[in-house]
Amino acid sequence: MRIAGRGFNRSARAVTFTFDGQSYTGRAGDTLAAALLANDVRHVARSFKYHRPRGVLTAGSEEPNALVTVGVGPKQDPNIRATTLEIYDGLAARSQNAWPSLKHDAMAINDLLSPFLSAGFYYKTFMWPKSFWEKLYEPVIRHAAGLGALSGETNQDTYEKAFAHCDVLIIGAGPAGIMAALTAARAGADVILADEGTAFGGRLLCETYDVNGRAGEEWAAQQLARLSDMENVRIMTRTTVTGAYDQGTFAALETVGSRNPHAPKECFWRIVAKRSILCAGALERPIAFPNNDRPGIMLASAVRSYLNRFGVAPGEAVTIFANNDDAHRTALDLIDAGVTVACVIDSRTDAVALGDYRLVAGGQVIATKGRHGLTSITVRDANGTHDIQTDCLAMSGGWNPTVHLTCHMNARPTWSDDILSFVPTDGSIPNMLVAGAARGVFSTLGCLADGIAVAQDTIRELGLTAPQIDTPTAEDSAYRIEPLWQVDGKGRKWLDFQNDVHVKDIALAVQENFRSVEHMKRYTTQGMATDQGKNSNVVALAVLADATGRGIPETGTTTFRPPYVPVAIAAMGAGSQGHGFAPERHTTSHKATLDRGAPMMEAGLWYRPSYFPKPHETTWLEACNREVAMVRNHVGICDVSTLGKIDIAGPDAAAFLDFVYCNTFSTLKENRVRYGLMLREDGHVMDDGTTARLGANHYVMTTTTAAAGQVMKHLDWVSQALRPDLDVRVASVTEQWAQFAVAGPKARDLLNSVLDRPIDDENWPFMSCGSVDIAGVQGRLFRISFSGEHAYEIAVPSRYGASLFRLLTAQAEAMDGGPYGMEALNVLRIEKGFITHGEIHGRVTASDIGFGRMVSQKKDCIGNAMSQRPGLLDPEREQLVGLKPVEITGKLTAGAHLFVDGADAVSENDQGYVTSVCYSPTLGHDLAQAFLKDGPNRHGDHILLVDHLRDVQTLCEVCHPVFFDPTGGLARG
Amino acid sequence: MVKLIAKSPCAGLLPKTIGTVTLTEIDAGRMTLVAPFAGQKKSVSDALKSSIGVGFPAPNRTSGTTPRAVWCGRGQALIIGADCPDLEGAACVDHSDAWAIVQIDGADATALLARLTPIDLRASTFKRGHTARTLIGHMTGGITRLGVQSFEVMVMRSMAATLMHDLTQAAQNIAARADVGD
Repeated sequence: MRIAGRGFNRSARAVTFTFDGQSYTGRAGDTLAAALLANDVRHVARSFKYHRPRGVLTAGSEEPNALVTVGVGPKQDPNIRATTLEIYDGLAARSQNAWPSLKHDAMAINDLLSPFLSAGFYYKTFMWPKSFWEKLYEPVIRHAAGLGALSGETNQDTYEKAFAHCDVLIIGAGPAGIMAALTAARAGADVILADEGTAFGGRLLCETYDVNGRAGEEWAAQQLARLSDMENVRIMTRTTVTGAYDQGTFAALETVGSRNPHAPKECFWRIVAKRSILCAGALERPIAFPNNDRPGIMLASAVRSYLNRFGVAPGEAVTIFANNDDAHRTALDLIDAGVTVACVIDSRTDAVALGDYRLVAGGQVIATKGRHGLTSITVRDANGTHDIQTDCLAMSGGWNPTVHLTCHMNARPTWSDDILSFVPTDGSIPNMLVAGAARGVFSTLGCLADGIAVAQDTIRELGLTAPQIDTPTAEDSAYRIEPLWQVDGKGRKWLDFQNDVHVKDIALAVQENFRSVEHMKRYTTQGMATDQGKNSNVVALAVLADATGRGIPETGTTTFRPPYVPVAIAAMGAGSQGHGFAPERHTTSHKATLDRGAPMMEAGLWYRPSYFPKPHETTWLEACNREVAMVRNHVGICDVSTLGKIDIAGPDAAAFLDFVYCNTFSTLKENRVRYGLMLREDGHVMDDGTTARLGANHYVMTTTTAAAGQVMKHLDWVSQALRPDLDVRVASVTEQWAQFAVAGPKARDLLNSVLDRPIDDENWPFMSCGSVDIAGVQGRLFRISFSGEHAYEIAVPSRYGASLFRLLTAQAEAMDGGPYGMEALNVLRIEKGFITHGEIHGRVTASDIGFGRMVSQKKDCIGNAMSQRPGLLDPEREQLVGLKPVEITGKLTAGAHLFVDGADAVSENDQGYVTSVCYSPTLGHDLAQAFLKDGPNRHGDHILLVDHLRDVQTLCEVCHPVFFDPTGGLARG
Repeated sequence: MVKLIAKSPCAGLLPKTIGTVTLTEIDAGRMTLVAPFAGQKKSVSDALKSSIGVGFPAPNRTSGTTPRAVWCGRGQALIIGADCPDLEGAACVDHSDAWAIVQIDGADATALLARLTPIDLRASTFKRGHTARTLIGHMTGGITRLGVQSFEVMVMRSMAATLMHDLTQAAQNIAARADVGD
């Protein structure tokens, strides 16, 4: 029910929205909860486990009941708290966890079965048969109990991530936070003031307090305007600080764009602050009395919030049940607004009425009625019991300081007998101080003064001069409270509204000897819902303490972990969908390659062509076979820029290379290239490639595409940590050069058609390198081959890469050649017996791949010592061999294992495994590279290839891994 | 006679204006990575000063404007905008084609970078001429402040398209925020 003329948004425009398909009107600035209450919608949700009707309990982010789903399809967003969701035109919210409707929910049968569904029920009941848990019980239970659901479709909303830095982060903009911000800002510090609300002021927005003689919310708006004018202050509204982490880093979630479909929905901030001040205020707690969960039963502070901030009375005849003075103000505010206050029930026998309303001192609410909404309560006092008709009960068990963030680095809060709650423990978060209600200072004046004082301390810690700030005038009433945790009476007394935990569950946990607070929590699921027990934990601890005969301090508390409010994974992973998933590295020939219709494959972060299809070709294999034949018979062009290129220079460059490679490079002549093999410190192969000597103290190393980053890191490590005595500098030049393989019998002819000065065999023998000019551009030429053919690699500065690729491919096509892709490259190298990281996969030694003699014993190198370990020299180790099918049509598959023909194909009989396979158009059958026990001594033997996954069995002949041109004459010729 | 045509890393991708932010490719001209050998930093710096007028920069700093030297890692700097002189005491590696370099100008330039890099870009901390090797989205690269609302970002040349994607996405998100509010 809306109260005319009340609420800060009293003159705001009307907003139309729907809830469960029904259209309603609210005011701009309303939360969904406020707008629903204004429309007298009290029953808004079903509880998690028992599907009990539930209404709005709070007016903040701690709401356990009023969770709704917004959006449909890919934009479906579940478990949104109606108490923080701002309404906008077109908002369509739906209730959750109810079928077929919120009012008539079939699963409400669970509530009748509740005697059988108490805490621990699942653990005891669904133990056997074991296999039923995963297949039957869990899916059924999950279906029956739950929250909202995701759509299962790819999220199409935009989210954002951002970083911010400041001197002082102030968390919460109530009276303490505002004064702390003013103080810190006046001292000249960079300040970020963040608050989860849409407006600043904290409780000032919800109460009828005056500050400095002005209405609280006006005063807050005035201070906010002052802060906004200061250049060193950053105001972050709708921003919840969700976690405190190491080194002054905080996570925060900003709601941005629910009202603008083009803006990001949320922004996940990481804020780094030299100092922080927690001014997060306090949260009111319920009282555990029988059936305290009916729609219409709310926290007293929430009733005041709806009344004062939104002009909404949540009932027509309101009752109040409390153990403290503060809650009495609810009655005063309601009376002032013309709402009937049926009765105030105060458990304290000495309670005094603060105004003109009926007070039952020393009374307790022992029963409630109204299935879908409260209709009456039963009150017991010294005179007996009597019923009171009421449609809204405002309860208050006292206030809990919002200590959550102070616990995020594993500190525990401290119990305070003064306020009957936990307060933050000093030093819980490095460089964080706590001010105001968050540390148990509850009067407005106290909060204002505390904000100033704590900020002054913080400013001094930063080495700045703390300004003197006058404390505004405000109320300073004492916080009078007596303990009241639970009320005796028949019926369930709910603690955790979200996880449906009640007082008896805790008694049961204790009975079953789950007496530690941590055990009780897990046994009952108390505090484990998305609200993290913000409303219920302290009461539950008190109940546990009572049940175990201990005090609350001895009982202790579980901890709070980040995030303070639920954070969508989509927000934390913002920007990482689609093209944002990982950097895409494009070669200079990328566009030309796409223009030719080549499908791309990923090689690390690089994109490389699989093959270059011709119009008549229908399969990749056709294209691949053609490209292989093209290279073998004519000439092919392949972009090899993705291989790592590392420039190595310095007086000790040669010695450095001798140390990182297992073979020797100091003996390499200038303008010559040598194949090199690099070991890890543990003696296994790290990478291979060619290194060219460009000058006496100047080399350029080539790595594989996959290991380029790893090798660069390794070289930095070696030069900085292992051999700082060697004067050498390493720098990546991978990006500087566009490099293309020109391979095939016509390779030299092709090059001579583009080079400014022709090359010949005499001056450019196999494994030579040097400088060349192409159309006036200085490049580098290496006569090396990864195909077994007469081949070169030509490099030019990358700006010319696209142009050179088009030139080379055009020239090649004029000679019956053309570009070739990764598939053909792979076939060519398998035919020739060259290895890739398919073979040097991290578990093989130089000896395993037949390069044992490359590990020079004339010098030391990384990995040499460890490669001599007995286990790495075992002749029974699997070593590199080639395989070909005995029947020419036999199929070979990568990943298959090898067995002696006739032996059972089980792991005990495993003889080895296949690493690379191809169909060789050159030889007309499949080929494979494999690792086989004692392989080099079994050439000519037959071995059975078994692929359990693809159901393939092929009898193979073991052979030398080099199938094509074993003498290497073609590459040299 | 054939001719090779030079293509810049961001060719076809820039310039672009989104909201208050303008993205422009920087043609840095000649770039040389200079890494002095052991004990040679002073002599290399002196040689650079006498030949092109800029010394070897301190960590996280640049020196000069045109030409200029930009620190880019432990014991390394990029000499930009001039031919690097012959330096006996340093490894000098041509990097003229290794980087995609983008200038970001506008009122939201800092806000844009705050979406992509964890470093503190406050004007009091990251002043004109300061530079950092850091993360830009998922990429490693360099950021240099050129002015109050002006930065230079460099990443590996091959990642130019991803840099454009990330900068564009961030700028669009910021521009869309301007429309929020009621």
